[in-house]
Amino acid sequence: MSPGAAPAVDRRPADAAAVAARASFPSLRRAPLERRALRSGLLTAGAWAAAILASIPLVSVLFMLIVRGGARLHWDVLLELPPAGFEMGGGFGNAIVGTVVMVGLAALISVPIGILAAVFLAELGPHSSLAGAVRFGAKTLTGLPSILAGVFAYASVVLVTGTYSAPAGAVALAVLMVPTVVLTAEEAMKMVPRITRDAAYGMGCTRSQVIWKIVLPTALPGILTGVMLSVARAAGETAPLLFTALFSSFWPVEHDAVRLMQPTASLAVLIYNFSGMPFENQIELAWAASLVLVMIVLFVNIVSRLLGRRRV
Amino acid sequence: MSSLEHAAVPGSVAGSPSAWDFFADRAFRGLAKAGAVLILLLLAFILWQIGRKAWPGMRDYGVGFLTSSTWDVGRGHFGILPAIWGTLYSSFLALIIGGFFGVVMAIFLTQDFLPPRMAVVFRTTVELLAAIPSVVYGLWGIFVVVPAIRPGADWLYKHLGGIPFFGSTLSGPGLLPAALVLAIMILPTVAAVSQDALRQVPYRVKEAAYGMGATRWEAILKVMLPTATTGIFGALVLGFGRALGETMALAMLIGNSNQLSLSLFSPANTLAALLALNFPEAGPREVAVLMYAALVLLGITLIVNIAGGAIMAVAGRTVKR
Repeated sequence: MSPGAAPAVDRRPADAAAVAARASFPSLRRAPLERRALRSGLLTAGAWAAAILASIPLVSVLFMLIVRGGARLHWDVLLELPPAGFEMGGGFGNAIVGTVVMVGLAALISVPIGILAAVFLAELGPHSSLAGAVRFGAKTLTGLPSILAGVFAYASVVLVTGTYSAPAGAVALAVLMVPTVVLTAEEAMKMVPRITRDAAYGMGCTRSQVIWKIVLPTALPGILTGVMLSVARAAGETAPLLFTALFSSFWPVEHDAVRLMQPTASLAVLIYNFSGMPFENQIELAWAASLVLVMIVLFVNIVSRLLGRRRV
Repeated sequence: MSSLEHAAVPGSVAGSPSAWDFFADRAFRGLAKAGAVLILLLLAFILWQIGRKAWPGMRDYGVGFLTSSTWDVGRGHFGILPAIWGTLYSSFLALIIGGFFGVVMAIFLTQDFLPPRMAVVFRTTVELLAAIPSVVYGLWGIFVVVPAIRPGADWLYKHLGGIPFFGSTLSGPGLLPAALVLAIMILPTVAAVSQDALRQVPYRVKEAAYGMGATRWEAILKVMLPTATTGIFGALVLGFGRALGETMALAMLIGNSNQLSLSLFSPANTLAALLALNFPEAGPREVAVLMYAALVLLGITLIVNIAGGAIMAVAGRTVKR
């Protein structure tokens, strides 16, 4: 008898015991057609179906933008003024300018305030009661319906200056941008490693020097991501501009001087106005303007994401 | 020889900040604090400004404004009951549809259904859905959604018209297309926040479920979802808050008609759409009542959003425990 065979002989009674034990136990192997397995498979199929169904709107929106908007998109359209009533042709050059001007002004207002507030939240008094209140305030502002930002700007800028204007629209957009800038900039500054900060303090830097020379430069990509995301959102906002900047069919220029204190066109409001018109020309322009607007928004979005990725 | 020059450094001690450094530090810190205070002031100023402008309307129309349903500028009769009803009804419908798909999408993206590369595709899809401006959704709704659902809506009206939900024809804009587009717009919010809630569930909880022989869906439905309930509930509340305040897609799709109806196909109105449509041409008297309507919308959204935030805070605490 070889030594290797001995255990096989010995195991036989043990096997018998195991078989007996298993007979009183449920089987531990899952049968592929068991009810539980079938149910799981069905639900998985359902989840796939729901996920694909949820992706259809995006595909459909992009398809329509490219087909209907792309058909009309041409250099002329980007440079000409909006057509009136039955006119053919035309474009939305002034609306592109208006959107850029208003979003730029809004960024000029909201970015400095937002970053300063974020500096306080992340660096100066992260655990103070003021910081808690500001965080709550910023979160509450993110939930503010965009139309109410418009109502606010109407009450505090349009009624005061007596005219619909680009600055009024910019104030409304700035109200919507500020909380995003604050919260993302705070997160970005919190990511700066503690040791780099401690090293700077150890060398005798004042707190402001630490912030300016260490924290802000290190957190810059993250801060820029937040700023770009808020810019992308603001560029697509319509409701806050409806009754603050209104609309205009002309360039924001008079006697060779830029005039901002007058109704100003924007891509978003142009899409809204033209979508309700009974003229095929205007509807085509609304689609073309949508394509341009979505391209701008997606471009800014993608750039901000690339910036954010480099940080990691 | 540079090492010799550096050798002098260890001996010297950095001096205290110069007067200029001291001043600059104080000034900048003060400025940053002012920026933080400014955020709070902004919120307070918004509330005060809208409340102040709404005061004449509140004085003249009182509580009756909330329960009356006529909007007649000529005669000076104003009431926003249909708009409140439309806001809540459309947001609720959107929440049912968008909430379901949002939560399923969150499960789909977090519970290892997909190889990493496919997961990126679906995650990007959800993020892009959030990036598209609402006015573009409105345009798409007018020219794609309304024609697409019209045959089905007419069939339902013809055969099941007795049920109040299908009690009218879809003659263009109406509640259902508006709610569908609204559902697409809140889906990213619900999906993103629910994903966070599901990711907060400790991995060992899921491992324990699998270790006991649970199927994938038994683990999801009986372990993961119950553990993440609070967070998912918070996601739904925040999505509801977004739907309440959404303006453009509704102004373009809901039909702006002041009527109280259960029918999914009849035109309706919402507070935000009412503001968007009436503000540009409003006289001083109408501005006062519109400000009153804005204050009502502000009140509803603030309550819903703060509740959502509070639920999320509770969820974050309980899951970690």
